[in-house]
Amino acid sequence: MSTSTPNAGSNRIAGHGRLSPAKTVTFTFDDKVMTALEGDTLASALLANGIHLVGRSFKYHRPRGILSAGPEEPNALIDISRDSARRQPNVRATVQQVFDGMRAKSQNRYPSLSFDVGAANDVLGRFFPAGFYYKTFMWPKQAWDKLYEPIIRRAAGLGNAPEEADPDHYANRFAHCDVLIIGGGAAGLMAARTAAKSGKRVILVDENPDFGGALLSDNTVRLDGKSADEWTTETIAEIEHLDNVTLLRRTTAFGYYSHNMVSLVEQVTEHMAQPDPDLPRERMWQVRAKQVILATGAIERHLVFADNDRPGIMLASAGQAYLNNYGVTPGHNIGIYTACDSAWATAFDLKKAGIAIAALVDCRAEIDPALLAEAEALGLRVMKNHAITSTAGRLRINSMTVEPVNGEGKTDIPIDCLLMSGGWTPSVHLFSQSRGRVAFDEANGRFLPDVYTEDCISVGACNGTNEMVEALAEAAAAAEEAIKSAGGKPKKVKPPRVEHASSMNGFLIGAAKGAGPDDFVKAFIDFQNDVTAKDIRLAVTEGFHSIEHVKRYTTTGMATDQGKMSNMHGLAIAAQTLGKEIPEVGLTTFRAPYTPVTFGALVAHSKGDLFDVTRRTPMHDWSEAQGAVYEDVGNWKRAWYFPQAGEDMHAAVSRECKTTREAAGIFDASTLGKIEVVGPDAVKFMNLMYTNPWDKLGVGRCRYGIMCREDGFIYDDGVVGRLSEDRFHVTTTTGGAPRVLNMMEDYLQTEFPEWKVWLTSISEQWAVIGVQGPKAREIIEPLVEGIDLSNEALTHMSVAEGKICGVPTRLFRMSFTGETGFEINVPADYGQAVWEAIWERGEPLGMTPYGTEAMHVMRAEKGYIIVGQDTDGTVTPHDAAVDWAIGKKKTDFVGIRGLKRPDLVAEGRRQLVGLKTKQAEIVLEEGAQIVDDPNHPVPVPMVGFVTSSYWSESLGHSIAMGVIDGGHGRMGDTVYIPMENEVIAAEICNPVFYDPEGGRVNG
Amino acid sequence: MLLVHCPYCEEERPELEFAGAGEAHIARPANMADISDEEFEKFFFIRENQKGIVFERWRHIHGCGRFFNAVRNSVSDKFIKTYKAGEKKPKLTKAEIASVLPPAKGTPANEPIHTAPTTTGKGDAK
Amino acid sequence: MDNAMRINPLDERMFGGNGVSLAPVGPRERISLRADEKTAKALGKALGVDLPFKPGSAVSKGGKTALWIGPDEWLLIGPDNGSISTTLSQTGKQVFSIADISHRNTAVTITGPNSTAVLNSGCPRDLSLAAFPVKSCSRTVFGKAEVVLWRIRKEEFHLECWRSFSDYVWKYLADAARSA
Repeated sequence: MSTSTPNAGSNRIAGHGRLSPAKTVTFTFDDKVMTALEGDTLASALLANGIHLVGRSFKYHRPRGILSAGPEEPNALIDISRDSARRQPNVRATVQQVFDGMRAKSQNRYPSLSFDVGAANDVLGRFFPAGFYYKTFMWPKQAWDKLYEPIIRRAAGLGNAPEEADPDHYANRFAHCDVLIIGGGAAGLMAARTAAKSGKRVILVDENPDFGGALLSDNTVRLDGKSADEWTTETIAEIEHLDNVTLLRRTTAFGYYSHNMVSLVEQVTEHMAQPDPDLPRERMWQVRAKQVILATGAIERHLVFADNDRPGIMLASAGQAYLNNYGVTPGHNIGIYTACDSAWATAFDLKKAGIAIAALVDCRAEIDPALLAEAEALGLRVMKNHAITSTAGRLRINSMTVEPVNGEGKTDIPIDCLLMSGGWTPSVHLFSQSRGRVAFDEANGRFLPDVYTEDCISVGACNGTNEMVEALAEAAAAAEEAIKSAGGKPKKVKPPRVEHASSMNGFLIGAAKGAGPDDFVKAFIDFQNDVTAKDIRLAVTEGFHSIEHVKRYTTTGMATDQGKMSNMHGLAIAAQTLGKEIPEVGLTTFRAPYTPVTFGALVAHSKGDLFDVTRRTPMHDWSEAQGAVYEDVGNWKRAWYFPQAGEDMHAAVSRECKTTREAAGIFDASTLGKIEVVGPDAVKFMNLMYTNPWDKLGVGRCRYGIMCREDGFIYDDGVVGRLSEDRFHVTTTTGGAPRVLNMMEDYLQTEFPEWKVWLTSISEQWAVIGVQGPKAREIIEPLVEGIDLSNEALTHMSVAEGKICGVPTRLFRMSFTGETGFEINVPADYGQAVWEAIWERGEPLGMTPYGTEAMHVMRAEKGYIIVGQDTDGTVTPHDAAVDWAIGKKKTDFVGIRGLKRPDLVAEGRRQLVGLKTKQAEIVLEEGAQIVDDPNHPVPVPMVGFVTSSYWSESLGHSIAMGVIDGGHGRMGDTVYIPMENEVIAAEICNPVFYDPEGGRVNG
Repeated sequence: MLLVHCPYCEEERPELEFAGAGEAHIARPANMADISDEEFEKFFFIRENQKGIVFERWRHIHGCGRFFNAVRNSVSDKFIKTYKAGEKKPKLTKAEIASVLPPAKGTPANEPIHTAPTTTGKGDAK
Repeated sequence: MDNAMRINPLDERMFGGNGVSLAPVGPRERISLRADEKTAKALGKALGVDLPFKPGSAVSKGGKTALWIGPDEWLLIGPDNGSISTTLSQTGKQVFSIADISHRNTAVTITGPNSTAVLNSGCPRDLSLAAFPVKSCSRTVFGKAEVVLWRIRKEEFHLECWRSFSDYVWKYLADAARSA
C-alpha cells in the first residue's frame, strides 16, 4: 500500500521511482510552497503534491491537467522564474526539473486557476467554431482597429513575455563526429555502445537528464538478466569515459539541415538552484556528422472522446513514468482506456504498487490472451470491446461513462484519474526535416521513414520497430553500418538477451465512439489550441480539403507542441470526412525546431558587445577623448562631429567647416577601402576595371577613378595613386571595399587569369589622416622627412613615399574639401601617435578636428558625389556629370558596352544637378521628391528627388544636390519640393557651389 | 548548411567560408565594346535559373579566395562535383544526375485534394 | 624627435583560466606574397623557408613562417625587423607581388587543453588533430570575423585577424572561454 512521504508530496509511493527520498527541494506553485525530490520534473512534483489542475486552455479556458511526461506536453505550460529577470513563460512542466527556490505560476487564467472568468468561452463554445476569427470579425470594418484587434491581441498568446533584459549568457559550439546518435533509449544506447567500440568519434544526445528513454519507466523488462536501470547504467559507464565519445544530456536535437548538419540545444543550468555564473544557461551545438542514427522513439497518442481533457486524464505511458521513474501515483482509483497493449503494462504496474484500478477499458474486441490472463491474476476489472463516451468532474475527473463499442448501455464508474492510450506515433520529425520521405503503414496506422536523402538511418520505435529485441539488433546493425560508412572498422557488440518486454501493439487514430460525425461533443484533438474532432469536420465541409489548409484554418498542430499527439488524429478525421485514405490526404510538413528553442540559445555569443563587430579606427581613443559623436558606417564607428561646450550638431559642423576652410582641419579617413594592385599587368588591369585611362598616369601621380558594372552604372569611386610602374594604391568607398575587391578578383581570376597582377586589401594596413585647409602644409611640414611638400614638388593629386614622425608614410596631396589638403597614410599602429603629433602642431595654428558630417558638407559645397548617396545603382557617369573620367579612346573597360545601351544614351535621363532654395535659410530634406508643378492635380508627376542637402556656413545659404529628369539641360529652372506644411521652391544650378574655379586646392 | 568541396583546398569546407557567385560558364565577350544589344542582353541579363541541375560559381571567399564552379541539384542541394575556374563545363553521366535527385514524390503527398466531402466516416469506432 | 609610438588594439590584454589562455602575439612582420609556383620555390630559397604547396599547411624555419593561404598566396610572418620584405625585394627579376600587412593583421595565441573548444565556439571547422593537425593553417571564419588559423602545437593556436576585428575576436574568445 502507499505510504506517503510528507516531505515530497502525499502521492509519493515508497519503494518506487529512481529518486532519492533524502534529497528534497522547495518550490512554489501559484505562490504555494511545496516540496519535491531532487530530480523531479515540475509535473511529477505537482502530481506528488496531488495537483493535476495546472492551467487553462487557450480558447475555451477549460481547466487542464498534466497530460504527458515528456516533451510532447500540450497542457502543462508554466511560467518559471528564479528572479524578476530570469522568468520564462510556456515552460513544459513535464521536462523542467524542479530546483530549490523555483517559482512556478500557472498561465492563461484570471483571477485564479480554479476560478477563471475566461471560462465563459467554454459555455459559449458552440459560437467559437473553426475559423471563428475569420468569420466573426469581418464587419463593420471600422470596428477592427478600435475593438476587435485590441481584444484579440489581449486574448492571444499564452504566457507573458518577460520585460527585463535576459541577464544570462549562452554559448555556441561547432562539433564534428563520425556518428551522431539522437535519442538515448534502448536503441540509441545499443547503437552508441556499438559505435563507441570502433574508436570513431561518437556523440550521443538525449533530451532527458538521464539516458534510458522508455527504459527509465520500465521495471518489468530484463536485459541479459538485469533490470533496465542496471543495464542502462552499465552501458553508460562502459562508454562515458572513452575519449571518442561525447554524451550530451538535457540536449534536444531540434533541427536537421543539409549535408548532415544537426542543431542541438543543451540546457546547462536550467535545473540548478545556484548555477555558476560563468556557465551558459544553454549551449547551442551545431554538429556535422558523417552518419546520423535517429533513435528518437515514439510518442503515445491520446484517445479522441467526449470531454477527454479534464484534469486527471493523462497518457498511460505518463502514468507509468510517474510511478516507475518518479515514484508518484497520478491517482488512487484509476481508470484505463486503451486501444494499445502498452497501457495494460501500466495498469499492472499500478496495481502491483497497490493502486486501485477501477476498470481497464479496451476498445478492441481481440486482446492478447497473455494480457487477459495477467489481468485476471491481478484481479483487474477488464471491459474489452468497450469505450468511454464521457467523463465528469470540473476541476478534476471524478467519473467515466463506459459503453459497449457495438451496443447500448452506460455504466458510470467513479475514478480520480484516467490513463489512456491510442497507440504510438513514431517520431519521424527529424527524419522528415532531413527531407526524407515517409510511407504510411496501414496495418499499424502510422507513417514510417521510407526514402532517405541524408546519411542517416532510423532505428527502434521511430522506425516502427516496436519489439525491443528487434530494436536492439537493428540499432547494433545500424551502428556497424554507420561506422563502416564513416570509414571505420566496426566491432560487433552482441545485443542483450531480452525478457519480459512489453508490447506496443494496437492503435486507434481518429475519433473514438461517441465523438463521431453525428455527435456534438467536445472531443479534443489538439489540447493546446482547443481543436476538436468537430472542428476538423467543419473545416473539410467548408471546403478546406488540403491537410495544410485544414491545419491553418483550424489551427490544429500549430501550437507550441506542434501537434506531436494530435496530428495523426486530425489527419484521420480529415481523411474520413473526405472519404479518402490517409496517405492520399498526406501529412503536414515537419519543420524545425522539434521543441521550442530560446532566442538566447540561437543568438549564443552574439549579444551585447558581440552582437555585431564594432570596427574602430586607430585614432578612435583620441576622438573619444575629444568628445566626438559617432555615426555607424557599416560596422565602423566614424567620428561624426566634435561638439564643443554648448554646441549642438549644427553649430559644431558649421564651425568645423568654417575653421577648416579658414585655417585647417584634421580628419580621420582610415576607414576608406584600400587595395594594392601590383604586377607588370597592373596598368592593363586598372584600364579594365576603371572607366579612366591609366597608361599616362605618371609614377607619383593620382587620379580620381570611376568604376562601373557591366551595365554602365556607377559602382564605386576613389582616388588612385601610382607608386611605381607596377604598383597602384587604390582607394574605395568605406562601404564598398569588400565588394570592389571581390569584383576585381572575379575579373582577374575568371576572365583574365593569365594577367600578371595581384590584389591585396590594405584597408587596415594604413591609418589615414586628412589634413586640409590653407595651413595644412605649414602644420605637417616639420614632421615630414624625405618628401618635398612644396606646391611645386608635390602638386595637387600627387603621392610620395617618405617618413613622418620617423615612420613610413604614403603621403597623398589630394582634397575632398576643395582646400589644399593631404592624406597621410601611416602604418595603422602608428596612426594615433602621428595624429597626436600633427594635432600638437596644428592646434596652436587654429586647426580643428572635423567629422564625417563636416566632410559631407564640404564635399557637397564642391559638388563631389558620394557613391550610394548621390548615386543609387541607376546612375551613369554621364548622369552624375563625371563622364570626363571616361577614357574616350579606350576599347574596353567594365561598363563600356552597357553605357551604349539605348536607354542609357536617351534624352531626358535623370541627372545630377545642384539645387539652391529660393529662401537661403531653408535646408531641403534628403530624399524629398521634386515636381515641376505643385498645383498639378494628384497624382503629381515627380521629376526627381533630393540626394544631398546641407547648410553651408561658408556660403551662408543652404546647398543641395538632386537628380532631375533632363537636369543638365535645365540650369536656372525653378522646381518645387512639396513638404507636409509648405512647398519649397528651388533653382537648378551647377553643383559646384564653392570655389567653382578650383584654385584653392592648388594653394 | 552545405558542405562545399573546394577544388583548390582539396577539402570539404562549411558553407560559411563561401559566397555564391551566380551562374557559371558565362564568358565575357572578347569584343565587349562591339556586341549587339541582343548579345549584351544574353550576356548580362539572361540566366537559366534551373530547378534541378545547375552549373554555378562559388568563391571560397573566407578560405583560399578562389572562384570555382560547381554542379548542384538545386532541389536536393546535393553537389555532383566542383571544379576549378577555367575548366570545361563537365558532361554529366546519368548515374551522376541520378545520385543527386531528391526522393521521388511519395507520401506525404502535400497536394490539395479536390474531392467532395462525405459525411459517412469509416475510421470511427462505432 | 622620437619616432611615433606603436599602439595595437590588443596591447595589454590577457586571459587565463578554464583550461585556456589567450595572449596577444605582439608586433610581427607580415607579408602577403603572391606568386606562381615556380617563382615561389625560388623565393623560398632566398628566404630560407621552403614555401608550402600543400593546401592548408605551414612551414616554419629560423623564426619565419610561411602559411599556405591559396594556390598563389602565402602569408609570411617573421620578426618585426623587415627582413622578409628586404630579402624578397632583393631577388632580382622575379615577377611576384608583396604587400606589407604587418599592421593590417594582429594576432592572438590560444593555448591549453580547451583551446579547440573555445575556437569551435565561433569557428565551424573540424579542429580535431586528424582533420587539422599540427602545422595546419587556413583562412576561415570565427563568429563574424574572417581569420587565419594556424595550429602551432597540439594545444597552441595562432589566430590572425584584421586589426579592427581584433577587439571583437578577443571578446568572443574570452566569452567562450568563460564556459569552456
